[in-house]
Formats: sequence, C-alpha cells, structure tokens
Amino acid sequence: MTTPVQPGGTEGSSWTGALRRAGLRALPPEQLLPDEQPVYVASWVYVFGVATIAALFVVIGSGLLLAVEGPTWWHTSSVGLFFNSLHLWSVELFFFFMVIHLWAKFMMAAWRGRRAMTWVTGAVAFVVSIGAAFTGYLSQQNFSSQWIASQAKDGLNSVGIGAFFNVLDFGQMFTWHVALLPLGIVALVVVHVLLVRKHGVVPPFPAKTDTRSQPPSPLPTARDS
Amino acid sequence: MSAPKQPSPDSAVWKGEYRRYDLVKEFVIALVVVSLLTVLLAAVFSSSDKKAVTIAQWSRSDPTDFVTTGLSELDGTSTTAMYGPPYNHTSGAGQKIGPISLQRLAGVRIPVDAPTDLVLRPLETLTPDRPDLRSALGTYQAATSAKQQHWADAYAKALAHAQFRNGQLNVPPGDYGPVSPMMAGLLGFARSGGLDGALVTHAQFYATDYTKPLLFMADSTYLEGLAQQDHLLGGQWGMTNETGNYPGQPWLWLYTFWYQISPFKTSANADALIWSIMAILTLVLVLVPFIPGLRSIPRRVPVYRLIWRDYYRSVERPRAGPTTEA
Repeated sequence: MTTPVQPGGTEGSSWTGALRRAGLRALPPEQLLPDEQPVYVASWVYVFGVATIAALFVVIGSGLLLAVEGPTWWHTSSVGLFFNSLHLWSVELFFFFMVIHLWAKFMMAAWRGRRAMTWVTGAVAFVVSIGAAFTGYLSQQNFSSQWIASQAKDGLNSVGIGAFFNVLDFGQMFTWHVALLPLGIVALVVVHVLLVRKHGVVPPFPAKTDTRSQPPSPLPTARDS
Repeated sequence: MSAPKQPSPDSAVWKGEYRRYDLVKEFVIALVVVSLLTVLLAAVFSSSDKKAVTIAQWSRSDPTDFVTTGLSELDGTSTTAMYGPPYNHTSGAGQKIGPISLQRLAGVRIPVDAPTDLVLRPLETLTPDRPDLRSALGTYQAATSAKQQHWADAYAKALAHAQFRNGQLNVPPGDYGPVSPMMAGLLGFARSGGLDGALVTHAQFYATDYTKPLLFMADSTYLEGLAQQDHLLGGQWGMTNETGNYPGQPWLWLYTFWYQISPFKTSANADALIWSIMAILTLVLVLVPFIPGLRSIPRRVPVYRLIWRDYYRSVERPRAGPTTEA
C-alpha cells in the first residue's frame, strides 16, 4: 500500500518502520556483527560454536543435494552414495562439535548475566538435532532403518508418542527429517546466535586478585547502544 | 520507593580491553575446514548401506521361521497380535509408569488386527485364482475359535518337525484342518514377493506406510538374528551402532545405557521407565540455569580457569613495582 508522504514524515506511523526500529534497538548493526570482542574471548574452545554452525551448513547442503534426486537415489548411484557419506560424516562432526561446545559452555556457566535463554535455546537445539538425526536413520530405506524403527517403536509407544509419531511410517518420518525438524533447528540456531550477539560473550568468573585498573563496570556505556 | 536494581556483574558491559575479532572470517575458515574434513571422511570411509530385508528374502532364507511367525499372527499369539495400543485393544497390554499407562491413554490410533491384516486379507487377494485356498479360508473363518486354536496348536507342534523340500514346507500328517493349506499359501505368496506389496498397498495406489510389514518381520527371529550379526541388539548398545563398522548415533549413549543395567534390562516396563528418566534428564539439561546447586558446579570445578587461562594470567599477575635506574 503506498501513500504520498513528506520526507521523514512517517516516523512512528507504520508497522514496517516500527519493526525496523525495534530490530535496531534490540540489535544495532555494530552489536550484530562486531569486529572486536572482549580480550577474554581468546581460547580454542570458542571455535567449537562456529564449527557446529559450519557443520550444520554442510549437513543442510549435503541433505539438499540428496533431496534433489530423492530418497532412493543414493542406493543405486556411486555419486549418490558419496553425497550420503558427506551427509553422514557432517552429522557426526556436527554432534562432535556441538557436544564439546555444550560442555564448554557448561563449564563457563555461560547462562550467567541474563543469558539463560541463550543456554535454553542451545540445549533445545541439541535435543531437536537428536530427533533430526534419528529420523534420518529411519529415512535411509535400508536394513538399519528397518531395525531401528522396529526397536524404537516400543520406546515411543510406551509413553504414548508412537500413537502420533509412527516410526514405521516412512512417509511421516521422511517429512519430519527433511522439513519439520531442520526448520526447527535452523530457527533455534538463529535465535541462539542472535541472543549471543545481544548479550555478548559471558565474562570470566572473578579473578582471585584482579589487578586491572579498569574492572568490569555495571554502568552502561556507548557500547550498550 | 525501592532503590533501582543493580545489574549483575556478569551482565555488565565489559569495560576492559577489547581485541580484534573477525567473526565472518572465522566462520568462512570454519566452513572451509569442516567441508574439507567431511569430504575427506566421506572419501576414505564412505557410508554403510546394508540392503533392506524383504519378506520374500526372509521366507526364502528361513521358511520355517516365516511360517512359524505367520501362524502366530493367525492364532493371535505374536508380539504384534498381543501388543496393545497403539495397534490393538489387547486386555491389560501397555507399559506403565507406576499406576499410569500413557500407552493406553494415547489409545489405538494405528489399528492392526494381526490375524486379519497380516494373514487372512493377504490370502484373500489370492482366492480369485485359487479355489482350494478360497475353500480353506471359508472353512477356517466358519469354524469356532476353539477349533481354530486346535488346528493352530497342532500345526505349531508339527512345525518343529517340518522339512522344506522343493519349494514346499512338509509337516508330518495331523489334524490341522485348513491351517496347513493356508500357511502353504502364505509361504508361496511371500516367496513370490507378493506379500511384501500386499502388506503395504491399501486403498490407494501410493503408499509410504510400512507399519504392517515391519511389524510382521519384527515378530520373527530372522530379523533379530541379522541385527545381532551387526551388533544392533538392545543388549549390544543397539542404537549407538550402525551396520558394518560405521558410527551410528553415539549421542544416544545415555538412552541406550539404561537398557544395559538392572532393573531396566529385565523390567516389563523398561521402555516407559527409561523414557521417563530421559525426559527428566532432558528437562534438567535445558533448565540448568535455574537449578540451584547444579548451576554452581562450574564455579567449583575450575575448568573455566583453563579456558580463560590467558585472562587470569594477565589479571592475576603481581603488579610491577616502581623501577629504579642504576
């Protein structure tokens, strides 16, 4: 919908403008993509967070390539088998990096300082990822899928979930694997990363004897904006 | 009027030194390294793909096991026939957590009547060309439950002495009524590959639901034997493994762990109990920041001093005293 306006005359009057301003208030560009970090952000353990996201990109990329030809392609094509192998190994790396990231963040008590939701979204992303990988194993259409489905049904049925989430139904599991769960993971990871950018990287626990001339101050500064 | 709440020192904006940190460059390097590592692993190790088992393959490889399983579906003694929700209304079936059975509460949403769905209906598809089978089915369905059970019991005992020759399962003579031709018909249908399709195809052309054939095969000892060869049984840490020497789902180690220990490995409610434990543990993981005691562990375990060792080294360094020139 277009309406003639004077330059600068729409401030506060449109939903789009309000959304933009709210976004900029919550996450100004220099906070969203900063090019500097507190000096304590200096450890190899920080690499595992970004490595997890990188592995997720490879998981999704290899999954999309497999999706182009459909679920049976990789059983009959050596190229398809290679892409399936990329998908498998990127998933294994994804979990390897994510588990190290999770333990590291636990040991850093990374939920301190109003960062609880950052932890919660990360932990939920881990749980949803387990579901995504599980439905992937069910979608392989080989002996492994058959056996895993026949075993997993008992656990899911025992608590009533199996009545709605039928692991013996390939169509249902495939849809969860290629659409619903990946969407959930990507959404959670996006929120998780935005929360990290909004609240910053958790600072260290207080030192035994802090000799710095400028300790962390609770007072807001220009970097708050 | 209360004093304004002071923000936690952990949420305060860092007033110390900053360092250059190129997030985009870090991500691009990580993406390239992870991609190359993935390609290397895929090229060197490939991935497992053990072909799916068909009912035709099963009935050809182990016809006695197939017929034994088929008979248990027919007489209602198979695991599927007595499963309870979500497949059928078997009295008393369904795992419990204490007095509560979530399995029963969810109800029968995927109905499977083992005798009808897994034996009688597939056989009925053959009757237009098989008058002998049509007659056998008619006799069986017209008989009383007691008579049906008598025939099935007699045939089950005879199966222990069955011999498979020339594509036929031969059992010693006995009072099996129509059960013998019915089982012979089911075996022949399975060996031809027809039963695989008959259990999947329903009212429509397209189908993706393999509930019935998978339940049928899961009732056999054949599938379990194959799984054991590939160390996939529950007692072998099943789901953490994959066929061949490939990694499976090692992240499920804790879930699989409970099945290895008492009382779970012998409990009739093991699945429900283990799922409950895992649900609680998952909730604990997600809610760590809000759980007193648990959230304080990192402060007491000085792993953080290793992670931030450069920072602590710099801030805990003794101040240099005033220097004097000689």
